Amino acid sequence: MATEYALQMKNIEKDYYGNKVLKGVDLAVKPGEIHALIGENGAGKSTLMNVLFGMPVIHSTGGFTGEVYIGGKKVDIKSPNEIIKMGVGMVHQEFMLIPNFTITENIKLNREITKDNFVSRLSKNKELKTLDTGSMNNDARKSLDKLGLGIEEWVTVAGLPVGHMQFVEIAREIDKTNIKLLVFDEPTGVLTESEADILIAAIKRLASTGIAILFITHRLDEVLQVADNITILRNGELAATRKKEDTNVMELAEIMVGRKIDIADKSEQTEDHGDKVVILETKNLHVDMPGERVKGVDLEIIEGEIFGIGGLTGQGKVGIANGIMGLCSSSGEVFLKGEKFELNNTNGALNKGLAFVSEDRRGVGLLLDSSVELNIVVTTMQVRGKYLKRIGFFNQIDSKEIREHAAKMIKELDIRCMESQQLTRQLSGGNQQKVCVARALTLGPEVLFVSEPTRGIDVGAKKLILDLLVKLNKELGMTIVMTSSELVELRSICNRIAMIYGGKVEGILKPSDSDRNFGLMMTGEYRKMHSKEAI
Amino acid sequence: MLFVTVCIAAVVLKLPVRLIASDVIRRFGMFGILALAMVPSIQCGTGPNFALPIGIICGLLGSLLAIEFGLTSKYLGYGFISAVLISIPFAILSGWVYGMLLNKIKGSEMLVATYTGFSIVSFMQIGWVILPFKHPQLIWPIGEGLRVTISLDSTFGEVLNRLWGFSIAEVYIPTGLLLFFFLCCTFVWLFSRSKKGIALKTVGDNLKFAVASGINVDKNRILGTILSMVIGAIGIIVYSLSFGYMQLYLAPLYMAFPAVAAVLIGGATTKKIKISHVLIGTFLFQGLLTVVLPVANQLFPEGNLSEVIRMIVQNGIILYALTKVGGVV
Repeated sequence: MATEYALQMKNIEKDYYGNKVLKGVDLAVKPGEIHALIGENGAGKSTLMNVLFGMPVIHSTGGFTGEVYIGGKKVDIKSPNEIIKMGVGMVHQEFMLIPNFTITENIKLNREITKDNFVSRLSKNKELKTLDTGSMNNDARKSLDKLGLGIEEWVTVAGLPVGHMQFVEIAREIDKTNIKLLVFDEPTGVLTESEADILIAAIKRLASTGIAILFITHRLDEVLQVADNITILRNGELAATRKKEDTNVMELAEIMVGRKIDIADKSEQTEDHGDKVVILETKNLHVDMPGERVKGVDLEIIEGEIFGIGGLTGQGKVGIANGIMGLCSSSGEVFLKGEKFELNNTNGALNKGLAFVSEDRRGVGLLLDSSVELNIVVTTMQVRGKYLKRIGFFNQIDSKEIREHAAKMIKELDIRCMESQQLTRQLSGGNQQKVCVARALTLGPEVLFVSEPTRGIDVGAKKLILDLLVKLNKELGMTIVMTSSELVELRSICNRIAMIYGGKVEGILKPSDSDRNFGLMMTGEYRKMHSKEAI
Repeated sequence: MLFVTVCIAAVVLKLPVRLIASDVIRRFGMFGILALAMVPSIQCGTGPNFALPIGIICGLLGSLLAIEFGLTSKYLGYGFISAVLISIPFAILSGWVYGMLLNKIKGSEMLVATYTGFSIVSFMQIGWVILPFKHPQLIWPIGEGLRVTISLDSTFGEVLNRLWGFSIAEVYIPTGLLLFFFLCCTFVWLFSRSKKGIALKTVGDNLKFAVASGINVDKNRILGTILSMVIGAIGIIVYSLSFGYMQLYLAPLYMAFPAVAAVLIGGATTKKIKISHVLIGTFLFQGLLTVVLPVANQLFPEGNLSEVIRMIVQNGIILYALTKVGGVV
């Protein structure tokens, strides 16, 4: 067929300093088509959109290879402005609205309709023209009607419910007259069920007017509801494309997750935890971590195992560790070795033998302008009072002891630094992570929580850290709770993995369980499916 | 650089260098502790202590009470030691209350600090007048209200300066003064190497990290503020005694700025400070100020230019240092 594609991306490759994040991805969307783009966290979806929109982060890191065609014409995008002028719009996950302005003003921002007035005619200055509020309101009304939204256009944005704000964003995009392609980034993430339905209806209506729609999401059932075609990314590669009619939720889940790396037969090595002492237990744990809310998690962690916590971003997996360690306010019951454990008390947690390597390495995990050796000992110093010399009533830090301990850690963990007094800011990501691990180990914990241990670290260092965790577990019998968005990682070293969706445990799997089950649990489809079957 | 130039100019113009040198050293010693007060407040993350006037007033109160109650015997250093001891509880209390205020406005400390300091000074205008002091040296002849400037000749004026003081080639070295200053610096340094001190520095360095290490952020910020006020109180006592006069009423109003400027010139930032910054900064600031005056006088012998120049230089240095702060008001 000779129909022109609204958008075509051919063989897009992108690497960040040697780390390949897109390995030859193709994407094609026809006018009036609703095309879904799905994949795990880190599969490459955001990067692909960054390439499409000519974002500075792409150009400042070596650009990309491949070709982009808009409306059949090859384009060379150098900045978001250019692509917007060509008729491509994006509705973001995080709204970019001005709360104190009205809906009309937000929709028309920077593209206001103006009338000439006395002053502007005199000074020939376009900027001094009066706003033509009448026409602007009319246009705004039209866009809102296209979406089927019944709110008044002169209402201020500030008081609107989140769902309506989303619609105002969309109205802003479709008000642009030459819109050819509209990209939606996780649009239903913040919407209620009924709002999501309205949105989907609106999207279908928009598509019927000839606009091409690209829809990025995790929600597989929505994908099948609304999309005509589906592209699945996995690990930066195009895993598959499917037509809606030819596939189902289970297949999509499987393709999303399908692994290539061999699981290091950890399942075979599973030491038979015959005694199965439960070292940490949570009942109905709620954690208020913005963006990663936990809404009732029940877990039993067995002594000596490596327990994995997985799931998509924003579903709450990171909140669990943060909540238990008292960094975010939490409620519920937690039992450590059978005894009730006090929540919201970091000092208490550290004292009782829990240690934590945060996912926010630079923010929470390190004192960037302090030395490696200080970073390693400071928490233990405060919690256990070690590494101090006592002189009567006073104490002073014991530099000698600190240096010795730091040297030991540097050797054991192979931390690459010039000397132990070097500032941690100067170390590479992988080595910074090792310093964080060293600090947690210095506490001598019984349970070690590690969150996103290999995020932002190169492949070589990744393996080192994972091997280190396995070594600690084997040699010291340390219980490790590892939270990670990389399923492959979890499946390579954990004994059991809990998948978190919607702030709750969707299920607990063994690494050897099927890809399909992992995919289903990750996207929250597992329970739905099995409750349907029960009926 | 400016300092060196001015020094050279001084020598060239055959000014009484010896006298100037003594002056510089004396001002260095007398002002240093006030600058030192900035260390705990910056270290714990509340930024330079612009509300130093509060601590200063505590110090003044302490001195006044020492004189009022006649605690000026030789064994109490003619009142110096008693002044210090009395002002400490006041400083601790005010530091505590002020610290609680600071904890509620994390992020806007500098702005609020300055105005808090101003308002306390203004409030004390009333205070100085109505407080029931009776000592004839302190009050107006009419029988009520404290004087604006109170001479310390009969009490502890110059006590430290003269203690173990000696001259080298006609340059007078006020050893007692300097020793006391260095002693205070040493205490602060030792504190920063103790467990509490490290906890304090951690709070100022990275709040989230401190929380994750189980450190109580709020308590440590209050501790830093209290320490800052105490050192400030001691600082003004030393300053006054070296000066020979105690200055009440509006004098404390602007005393925070030179202290802040001094440490900033010495290399500190609003987030990081070391004792060396205090030492170098105070020396440069006071030195520059002291030397510029006679030099300017020589170069421009007409009229009252000297006073103008002094104002320009002092405030200029402060402005310059504040531009290095970035993200202030």
